Amino acid sequence: MESMLHITTLHYLVLGAALFLLGVIGVLTRRNVVIVLMSIELILNAVNLNLVAFSRLWGGLHGQIFAIFVITDAAAEAAVGLGILIAFFRNKETVNIDEVNLLKW
Amino acid sequence: MAPVATPFFFYLLSGIMLIGGILVITRRNPVHSAVALIITLLAQASIYLMLYAPFVAGVQIILYAGGIMVLFLFVIMLVSIDRSIRERQFNSQWIAGIIAATALGGLFIAVYSKGKDIFPDRALSVAEGDNTQKIASMLYGQYMFAFEIASLLLLVAIIGAVVMAKKRI
Repeated sequence: MESMLHITTLHYLVLGAALFLLGVIGVLTRRNVVIVLMSIELILNAVNLNLVAFSRLWGGLHGQIFAIFVITDAAAEAAVGLGILIAFFRNKETVNIDEVNLLKW
Repeated sequence: MAPVATPFFFYLLSGIMLIGGILVITRRNPVHSAVALIITLLAQASIYLMLYAPFVAGVQIILYAGGIMVLFLFVIMLVSIDRSIRERQFNSQWIAGIIAATALGGLFIAVYSKGKDIFPDRALSVAEGDNTQKIASMLYGQYMFAFEIASLLLLVAIIGAVVMAKKRI
């Protein structure tokens, strides 16, 4: 029990893995496209948490800079993804990803 | 300044993050999911503060919770129709999704039980109050090329988002 009271790097990694798992469940099972995109943001945040935890462990700031770049990338990807969502909604009048099936064989 | 009550804050913030994450993936109304994600991002910014990364915490609050989530809420306002809230919530391949997520969870548990003792338990003494200056000198020095590429990426994303969302191109 006292190993759980002293917070080590492993605690942060387990938290990051749990958030990643929640994001993966959200991406794979939800029907609403906006919630799928928000689950992708959860996944990116889990990765950021890992990066900053390792940056704390090894002392250099490379992990934090990588995390800043990941946040920048997430902003760009969210903007483009939501633009695609708006275009899709304009065509089909629904936000249901089961309806995105024109390329099905 | 010595840290106080670290386990309490860590477990409180990680509990908030996990509950927020569960709320994101299970709420029926996308606005509720967006608010839960904002709470998760703010708790994560606090955990960044615990990890002695105040600049990343500030960037997270300003950009992520204050920029990206506001963008999400705008788009939810544009595309959310009341019909979609009353339909069923989980898509047609949710069983395969749960199986894949269980496999991933099993993989994580296997990695944890094998690699639990790898990380040394060092308490690093990093100089506080110096974080932003060091990040700035690294970002504009060593990572200058990646910085310029990121600005190019943002330009491409702006153009792409505007073109995608226009009515007539």
